[in-house]
Amino acid sequence: MYKVAVIGDKESILGFSAIGIDIFPAYNEQEAKQIIHDLEAQNYGIIYITEKLSLLINDEIEKYRAKYIPAIITIPGNSGSLNIGTNKVKEYARKAIGVDIVFKDENETME
Amino acid sequence: MAILNVNLTRVESMNLKKSLQTAKRGHKLLKDKLDELIKKLIQLVQENHVLRIKLDKMLANAYQNFMLAEAVISEEYLAESLIIPKKSIGIDISEKSIMSVKIPKYNFNISDNNDNSAIYGFAYTTSELDMAIDKFSDLTEILLRLAENEKSIDLIAQEIEKTRRRVNALENVMIPNYIDTIKYIGMKLAENERSNTSRLMKVKEMITKKNQ
Repeated sequence: MYKVAVIGDKESILGFSAIGIDIFPAYNEQEAKQIIHDLEAQNYGIIYITEKLSLLINDEIEKYRAKYIPAIITIPGNSGSLNIGTNKVKEYARKAIGVDIVFKDENETME
Repeated sequence: MAILNVNLTRVESMNLKKSLQTAKRGHKLLKDKLDELIKKLIQLVQENHVLRIKLDKMLANAYQNFMLAEAVISEEYLAESLIIPKKSIGIDISEKSIMSVKIPKYNFNISDNNDNSAIYGFAYTTSELDMAIDKFSDLTEILLRLAENEKSIDLIAQEIEKTRRRVNALENVMIPNYIDTIKYIGMKLAENERSNTSRLMKVKEMITKKNQ
């Protein structure tokens, strides 16, 4: 059985504790790296990280890409979405396929 | 064009022909795998897009509600109210294989710790907190689906890069090299044959001349 964690600034992540996700406040690069490292050892299967914080430790997240467990997923913080998650997926897809995937259903889903 | 460093013999040529066949079959298989993986990736990326938009909207909503709650309730009480989570999430990770790429499948157990939906006292909290927590509860499913989806995209995208490199190596290097080398050996052998024949003719001529 794996656990779920979220890392980010306290104001953003506090709400997640209400639904059973463990919260780990972090504000700078060292803290975040240390926490991710610890969490991996502690049987955490999914680690959510706020977009702002994920920008600081991009290369660290890149290291976990190839690993089966844990999954590190960026989510927007409370100051609004920066679209980092979407862009990252687009970038991976572009690298793998060689073309940008055009979303034909973009207008439908936006409504 | 590169000629492989092999002995110029018939046996070697036969071996190379066998290798060429294997390489061609491998190339076809890998190409099929690549096509299938790309199809799957596109599907996943499209799913991801929908999930992201949903998540962004719902999360913004949840944050808004939570900020309202924060504004009304004092910080200490808020932290205290959330010490005991309403639910606990555990995930079982099982493997699913797509074209021999292992992707995770998360089965989650969401258990309510308490039958009563509110686990904090009513005295110091307001309805804003209830609403915020409701909003966050709605997010659970989508958060976990997104995690599964993005990890799959990660793993498949990496496998596609790897497979593409292999396909390219076979298509542009190994198979042409085999073909060239086989052709080269064939030509070399034919030339040996011809020079042998002409020598024999020459020798025959010399012998007939001597006997006359």
